[in-house]
Amino acid sequence: MRQRARSAWLFLAPMLIVLAAVAGWPLLRTIYFGFTDASLTDLEAGRWVGFANYFSVLHMPSGRIIYDGLLADPVWWRAVWNTVRFAVISVTCETILGMIVALVLNAEFPGRGVVRAAILIPWAIPTIVSAKMWQWMLNDQFGIINDALLRLGLISTKIAWTASADTAMFAVLIVDIWKTTPFMALLILAALQMLPQEIYEVTRLDGVSPWKVFWKVTLPLIRPALMVAVIFRGLDALRIFDLIYVLTPNNVRTKSMSVFARENLFEFDKFAYGSAASTLLFVILVLLTMLVLRFGRVKLDRSY
Amino acid sequence: MTFRHALLALVVGAVLAASPARAVDLAIVSGDTGNGQRILREILDQYEKKTGNKVTVVPVPSSGTDQFGQYRLWLAAGSSDIDVYQTDIIWAPQLAKQLVDLTEATKDVVGAHFPSIIQSQTVDGKLVALPIFTDAPALYYRKDLLDKYGAKVPTTWAELAYTAKLVMDKEREAGNKDMWGFVFQGNAYEGLTCDALEWVKSNGGGQIVEPDGTISINNPQAAAALEMARSWVGTISPPGVLAYQEEESRGVWQTGNAVFMRNWPYAYALGNSEGSPIRGKFEVATLPPGSGEGARPAATLGGWNLAVSRYSKNPDVAIELVKWIASPGMQKYRALKGAYLPTIQALYDDAEIASAQPVIPRWKDVVLNAVPRPSAQAKSRYNEASSEFWTAVHNTLSGDGTAADNLADLEFSLTRLKGTAW
Repeated sequence: MRQRARSAWLFLAPMLIVLAAVAGWPLLRTIYFGFTDASLTDLEAGRWVGFANYFSVLHMPSGRIIYDGLLADPVWWRAVWNTVRFAVISVTCETILGMIVALVLNAEFPGRGVVRAAILIPWAIPTIVSAKMWQWMLNDQFGIINDALLRLGLISTKIAWTASADTAMFAVLIVDIWKTTPFMALLILAALQMLPQEIYEVTRLDGVSPWKVFWKVTLPLIRPALMVAVIFRGLDALRIFDLIYVLTPNNVRTKSMSVFARENLFEFDKFAYGSAASTLLFVILVLLTMLVLRFGRVKLDRSY
Repeated sequence: MTFRHALLALVVGAVLAASPARAVDLAIVSGDTGNGQRILREILDQYEKKTGNKVTVVPVPSSGTDQFGQYRLWLAAGSSDIDVYQTDIIWAPQLAKQLVDLTEATKDVVGAHFPSIIQSQTVDGKLVALPIFTDAPALYYRKDLLDKYGAKVPTTWAELAYTAKLVMDKEREAGNKDMWGFVFQGNAYEGLTCDALEWVKSNGGGQIVEPDGTISINNPQAAAALEMARSWVGTISPPGVLAYQEEESRGVWQTGNAVFMRNWPYAYALGNSEGSPIRGKFEVATLPPGSGEGARPAATLGGWNLAVSRYSKNPDVAIELVKWIASPGMQKYRALKGAYLPTIQALYDDAEIASAQPVIPRWKDVVLNAVPRPSAQAKSRYNEASSEFWTAVHNTLSGDGTAADNLADLEFSLTRLKGTAW
């Protein structure tokens, strides 16, 4: 047995070493930089400043007290709120739509293979490309979306989708849902295909309504797979960067945590502050995952 | 050794001796807009023919924000892949530490350039980048439409708004439904800082941070200027202007759907190019002043420069390349081909340029009086200061808080950013 364990470790070692080099080391460096005052001009010159990037209290000569650091930064909290809101709305819509698509694709109909392949296209296009594509489609003057809506008589004036405060987040959500629904559909479809057909035959014999079958049989059976898919998407959505960076990069209403971190890391002379933001983003992701795993009662190591 | 071999050796030796140095491969990075990339390539082709060196252009997105982030990454990594960087006028103080000091190598040529531009690229007494063209915006107007409705070129912002509305309404009545009055750069990015600095400065509202470092932005005239701009959005300017950068506004303008546009001179040559719907139908004027006390026309100083990376493997050859692109001959070529404003004063009196691009001689005074952005004051914190400014302006334009409130908040955040000293 010990022999087996040793060879298992041996086989795992290359992967573990690579992971440590490409994921572990950068993560540790980022966390370290978050506790320094490093600047991108000279990374090694950074000095240890403790938690100052996260929270510090400045006593002004005038007697005024100023709270500084990420935890007191309204822009950061705005970014957190934007990201969480984005994640909740997008994942909810994608799950519901993905479920509908998966149920349809699970049914037998001619040409199912072609439809299954076609529905994956949005997911297959690189995000930057689809974001640029949508940017043109959403363009207020030349965009096809405004043109179509105008011709259909649904709107009377052209809408500035990515510019207006009310529609910027909406535009980002539309693009993300369009892109990621196929992913959800695929995962749910995989779960649906694993379900034993006998149960459905029994329900048919008993004359149970399809609606009830879905809620009482299908959903509970695919729940574990669904939860895994939701967690995957949720974590992905919380890291959202490319889409927002292309569509509305500097808009405070759509700025996500990742966009905030990038801005501080590379654009402003605040590499350490940006590192602290990245670290906090990491911590938030870890905490949320743990919460979801706990309350969703998902066991990742359980075999289905 | 046969005679033939000896002859061959002699020829090879002579060729080697004749070329001053071995051919070198250089890489230059540029994110120029419009047809700037093509002109740069043409200039480099001439250089390659002359020297035998090879220069690769690494294209980057036209958004300055994207370029800056990418430059920072390359420089922080000490990358020797890029030898020459095309840099915005405001970046010198932020990148200076990682650029080669050009003072010694360029002392024979700097005298011909505008002193203010050379000054802007000098950090702690070191010249870190050599200017290749300068930028000062223009008010583009549709001459045919103004003539059609008997309107004059506006001399104040209020007149501009009035004329824009008049022509726009009449054109829409005539069936041109997509017509707008005025397009500018309203996206939340560095371009909005340029546009808004012009509104504020031209209305007597100061220049955000004064040359002595005082934060002056929170004043009634600046607020009035921003309120004025806010009143344009949705009336004479499309609501989407809040997401426009240079190219988006030029898109609306060049398809013939705007009466006025604020943009840089590059749009002049493109507007008059083959196949442009507005070819020969437009003219340029200086941006108008506001109405407050101390109001005067204001144009934000832009412009691009070339800097040599400290990590270049061939810094000397790279410096020669920079001097070649910045030379009077190449600046003239750029001016003739793309209406780029030269940084060499003598070229403004050049007869050939005057006949090919009549806008250039007229722009000498605009360049001389252009307002610099507070990059020299804010130094390494300029990007953040600018971002605070454009956010306050963008919020105001989108109706999120009044100008007065947003400027008061801005004053607070700039003061905090400044700390005890810039």
